Amino acid sequence: MRISLTVNGNRHDVDDVWEGESLLYALRERMGLPGSKNACEQGECGSCTVYLDDVPVCSCLVAAGQAQGRSVTTVEGLASDERLHPVQQAFLECGAVQCGFCTPGLIVSTHDLLERNPAPSDPEIREALAGNLCRCTGYEKILDAVRQAASQ
Amino acid sequence: MDFLAPTTWAAALAAKAEHPDAVAVAGGTDVMVEINFDRRRPPALLDLTRVPELREWAPEAGRIRLGAGVTYARVIDELGATLPGLAMAARTVGSPQIRNRGTVGGNLGAASPAGDSHPALLAADADVEVASVRGTRRIPVAEFFTGVKRNALAPDELIAAVWITPPAGPQQFCKIGTRNAMVIAVSAFGLALHPARRAVGTGIGSAAPTPRRATAAAGFLAGELEAAGLWESRGELPDALAVEFGARVRDAAAPIDDVRGTAAYRLHTLSVMARRVAGWAWTEYRSAA
Ligand SMILES: Cc1cc2nc3c(=O)[nH]c(=O)nc-3n(C[C@H](O)[C@H](O)[C@H](O)COP(=O)(O)OP(=O)(O)OC[C@H]3O[C@@H](n4cnc5c(N)ncnc54)[C@H](O)[C@@H]3O)c2cc1C
Ligand code: FES
Ligand code: FES
Repeated sequence: MRISLTVNGNRHDVDDVWEGESLLYALRERMGLPGSKNACEQGECGSCTVYLDDVPVCSCLVAAGQAQGRSVTTVEGLASDERLHPVQQAFLECGAVQCGFCTPGLIVSTHDLLERNPAPSDPEIREALAGNLCRCTGYEKILDAVRQAASQ
Repeated sequence: MDFLAPTTWAAALAAKAEHPDAVAVAGGTDVMVEINFDRRRPPALLDLTRVPELREWAPEAGRIRLGAGVTYARVIDELGATLPGLAMAARTVGSPQIRNRGTVGGNLGAASPAGDSHPALLAADADVEVASVRGTRRIPVAEFFTGVKRNALAPDELIAAVWITPPAGPQQFCKIGTRNAMVIAVSAFGLALHPARRAVGTGIGSAAPTPRRATAAAGFLAGELEAAGLWESRGELPDALAVEFGARVRDAAAPIDDVRGTAAYRLHTLSVMARRVAGWAWTEYRSAA
């Protein structure tokens, strides 16, 4: 089937979408947007987190057809021109990125947290990021990055 | 595979009547996992996210009619004070991303014995409104679960809404898991005190083939409170009564051993959770005087 949607402000018309396929697959394999990562395909890791109409969701659990006519923002849509978003910059500066597989999802979740709550407490940060797993960093530097992004 | 995307409730019911083997998909947090892992290849998906009626909730006839497509995040934000037991359960579901997508209707559709909304709905005496082109019927939630991951829906039916009476007394929910997020319950327990009718509501999760009530335990606790005049006096809940209530809740369960825990552990946790939530709810009842 064909689906039409807006991703990062651009309209995409995508053909040959299989009816059972996920938005994550369509983004990565059909729209050339591999920023959102596929690590579990079962909602557990958060690496595939995107905004669907301004709400952060696991794109691996959204049927591509459910995104028809909707607006999606992926990690690729957060930076403006050549400048990183402050959340991305903070992750870099704090050493919150090792293998980087979890990073796109954590960036989107952190972005959403700071939109809603510009000065989160540590428990609020932990709660907001509870759906994003990282196998490398041990989370301390990720928490540092969120605190730094919040302070800017 | 077909992808059906009705935009009205009438069209959704017509589509389900025409394609009874189509699998409904709301938040997709159960359905898409099964499709991603090739565990399910339905001939058609029936997307319900474009049906506005399912996303609404409203007070009606003294109850809340909660559309099947209302997400956990919205139950927490919009109904936290009105439906405290369900909101408590909703806060324990998955992660923010899952709560942004997952719905109470989807939880009922999946009918997992571990579904977190179920103990809260059982304790609160909720009813499930289901519909088809043939008409609408309301099923008491205790009759909705018919077996492991089975429910009372006919092939042409969809869940329209859940009816819940805003409580006149305290409600509690408690869940055992290995961490605070992203946990399928090892066991769970929901409690509601109904002071106006001197009754107690209960719901056991993850400790029987279906979510179920602890009816005898609830009757025992309500009766002892009545006999001691505690509903009126709002005196302290005797420890021995809370302990005995916990033991009787445990006796209502029929758990199995699995990767998340042993049957013995589930029984133990149920007796502890039931004792504790009875204490919490009673303290709230006393302080509300
Ligand atoms: C990472 C992760 C963590 C989770 N954690 C929890 C947890 O802590 N607690 C918990 O209880 N669950 C949990 N779940 C399971 C799931 O999120 C819930 O069961 C949720 O309520 C499903 O809602 P949904 O809208 O996403 O359902 P869907 O996946 O869209 O549908 C689920 C089932 O219900 C049917 N259905 C949906 N809507 C209707 C309707 N209106 N009429 C008829 N049938 C319908 C579908 O056909 C399907 O069989 C988790 C899932 C994931 C992936
Ligand atoms: S890939 Fe979607 S949550 Fe892990
Ligand atoms: S940096 Fe490797 S998973 Fe997080």
